[in-house]
Amino acid sequence: MSVWAKHQIFEKNSIVLLIGILIVVAIGGLVEIVPLFYLKSTIEKVEGMRPYTPLELAGRDIYIREGCYNCHSQMIRPLRDEVERYGHYSLAAESMYDHPFQWGSKRTGPDLARVGGKYSDEWQRAHLANPRSVVPGSIMPGYPFLAKTQLDAKNIAANMKVLALEGVPYTPDMIAKAEADLVAQTDPDSAGAAELAKRYPKALSRDFDGNPGAITEADALIAYLQMLGTLVDFKTYDKKANVR
Amino acid sequence: MTYQTLANFAQTWGLLGFMALFGLVLFYALRPSNKKMFDEAARIPLEKD
Amino acid sequence: MAQQASINKTLTIGEGGTVIAFIALAVFSIIVAAKAWTPEYAFHAYLFAAASVATVFAIFNRYFARDAAPVPQEIDGKPNYNMGPIKFATIASVFWGIAGFTVGLIIALQLAYPALNFDLPWTNFGRLRPLHTSAVIFAFGGNVLLATSFYVVQRTCHARLAGDIAPWFVVLGYNFFIVIAGTGYLLGITQSKEYAEPEWYADLWLTVVWVAYLLVFLVTLWKRKEPHIYVANWFYLAFIVTIALLHLGNNATIPVSIYSSKSYIVWSGVQDAMVQWWYGHNAVGFFLTAGFLAIMYYFIPKRADRPVYSYRLSIVHFWALIFIYIWAGPHHLHYTALPDWAQTLGMVFSIILWMPSWGGMINGLMTLQGAWDKLRTDPVLRMMVVSVAFYGMSTFEGPLMSIKAVNSLSHYTDWTIGHVHSGALGWVAYVSFGAIYCLVPWLWNRSRLYSLRLVNWHFWLSTLGIVLYISAMWVSGILQGLMWRAYTKLGFLEYSFIETSEAMHPFYVIRALGGALFVIGSLIMAYNIWMTIRSPYAAGEAKRPQLVPAE
Repeated sequence: MSVWAKHQIFEKNSIVLLIGILIVVAIGGLVEIVPLFYLKSTIEKVEGMRPYTPLELAGRDIYIREGCYNCHSQMIRPLRDEVERYGHYSLAAESMYDHPFQWGSKRTGPDLARVGGKYSDEWQRAHLANPRSVVPGSIMPGYPFLAKTQLDAKNIAANMKVLALEGVPYTPDMIAKAEADLVAQTDPDSAGAAELAKRYPKALSRDFDGNPGAITEADALIAYLQMLGTLVDFKTYDKKANVR
Repeated sequence: MTYQTLANFAQTWGLLGFMALFGLVLFYALRPSNKKMFDEAARIPLEKD
Repeated sequence: MAQQASINKTLTIGEGGTVIAFIALAVFSIIVAAKAWTPEYAFHAYLFAAASVATVFAIFNRYFARDAAPVPQEIDGKPNYNMGPIKFATIASVFWGIAGFTVGLIIALQLAYPALNFDLPWTNFGRLRPLHTSAVIFAFGGNVLLATSFYVVQRTCHARLAGDIAPWFVVLGYNFFIVIAGTGYLLGITQSKEYAEPEWYADLWLTVVWVAYLLVFLVTLWKRKEPHIYVANWFYLAFIVTIALLHLGNNATIPVSIYSSKSYIVWSGVQDAMVQWWYGHNAVGFFLTAGFLAIMYYFIPKRADRPVYSYRLSIVHFWALIFIYIWAGPHHLHYTALPDWAQTLGMVFSIILWMPSWGGMINGLMTLQGAWDKLRTDPVLRMMVVSVAFYGMSTFEGPLMSIKAVNSLSHYTDWTIGHVHSGALGWVAYVSFGAIYCLVPWLWNRSRLYSLRLVNWHFWLSTLGIVLYISAMWVSGILQGLMWRAYTKLGFLEYSFIETSEAMHPFYVIRALGGALFVIGSLIMAYNIWMTIRSPYAAGEAKRPQLVPAE
């Protein structure tokens, strides 16, 4: 009897089969994923990137909750038409604080990676409430309930604490002042707004939803949309330092 | 360990290793003495009980 | 089942342990519900509590109804197959299939007629789309995989399914996961990872169910009377273990609190994108391909009554497929911020993947060698063979779309949606329908289906639906891709985004029509299956070889 009398090893031994499968399927994943945690181009920081303000983070959570990623990408590819339509192509560093990433996979609507500042708050409000009021051919659902729903932000500090644990540079000070910062961002004339801008450079403080009496979900979502893609200053950004 | 060393390794030994692995699978599947066993196995769904 | 309870009947360790575990879970769930941060999460905690209490009741009910002796492994020297959980999963797959296809039709109509979003949170496209994808992939496809894997592993091992409560726990627990996931999307509970949207607690629950599934499957293999492990079981095993691996990797998340449904994934940005599509593409590779190839390797030989064309090819097919598939994920991230070398690896392996895929297709199709005439008379076999042809078509289209130059046009457009549906409707759903049409008479001990003519209607209506669907998406996808990159003579972009979006309208209407035909087909199937189960043709009248002894 040769060694090959044992040749039925896979047919006959389920544990060997199981281990064989595990090894074979592990290789590809390891080779493709592990280097991304060590390579310069994927872990490098770019000037201007900062964590989301509490209000922007709350807005981002609403963006996720409503499934905006199903129709809107946040990843501009370095193709001529995309760069002309949407702006500078997206850098890895621009989503480094995104847990989870929001690159999307389908553009039923346009890319939003650099939508910040492209439209006024008023336009965003009208568009969210009834997209066809400002873009007649739009097929986007209306979200009128956002402007009518009080933002539930009592857990914002707890959320930020988890993100800090995962490596987002939220300082204990930022977490302690989370609720105050959130309120301040909707009230540009308050003393807190100046403090917020110190903690979060380039943070925009405005009454985003046009309703000074209340902080609504529309406030948060519009604050998030208006900062998307605005953090990195591409006038000073050195392309060669970050070759893909 | 840089990208370049990893890439070099993958493009030489990695490639050879995968080819060898594939060769092993082919050898196992095509070995004439395994034929009877495979024929038996192929009939399993058709057996009545 | 109303046997007399004998005197020395006792709760088994399994029954007792399950009761204790579920009482604990019920108490824990009620505490969580009381302190939950949001009403949506409290609702889910109450669902957990209610399901736990129901489980405890079910176990006691079963205990009072059962014999004192454990269920025999064999009766008259023949394996005493456990078909109860399989029957449940089969019915559940039909139910979820119709539900999932219907939600798909609704969201297709929403894209054509946005007023159908009704401007409400729980009816908007963004929340319904994950409901559709999860319902068809995990609820419909998952139940088909549970049913067929439990059936095939028993029949090819000639052994009763391992475990007493465990198989029921797997099937019911999995369907409970579906309920939590689906209601969660409607209530806005999602972690936004495509095809892995359920939040941390649903993921944890699924992990427990999945480990039980693996154990039931493995231990059944250990109990086998047959020296060989039939190749279908290899594919099922690869599906089960790889999905476990992917699920754990892609859902590595930290909950904000046990009283909150919210969690944040530990990966971020480019790493998260890579992990997501490592998961996402291999959900296709191992859930929607390996699992359904297992169905092909059992049901087509069985129905055609001939062994698989080449068992040797099936072995090469198996190892090549599972090795290569896992590399293909980065083709979802072409031209993104993912490093180029990873994109290239993804592209190269996606193209190589064409070969094992077609190896499998050839193996499935050629099994009919010498029995092609059966395609004329047996619409069930025809459905399965057409599914393999669709498999060949989408596994040719996939590598094509993974080429970077093609992908720069197709990515972000409806071409992807069309590709997915040629695989999902043509391959996955058709091979599932074929398996369900085979399984129902076998499981309920009927000599035949209620009506083969209705199967024919189902086949032709849904084929027409698929053709309308995918051709509409090809045209709309390529058209929109070309419009996005069109320039005027003066060098300006020719179309605004909304112009390209408006151009899609006719194709969205055609797509919805195709979807409607597919839904109608599935309703015909449900009626046919219902009538088969109700029908009086008990097996034994006609002496068909593949009949199963009654439970």
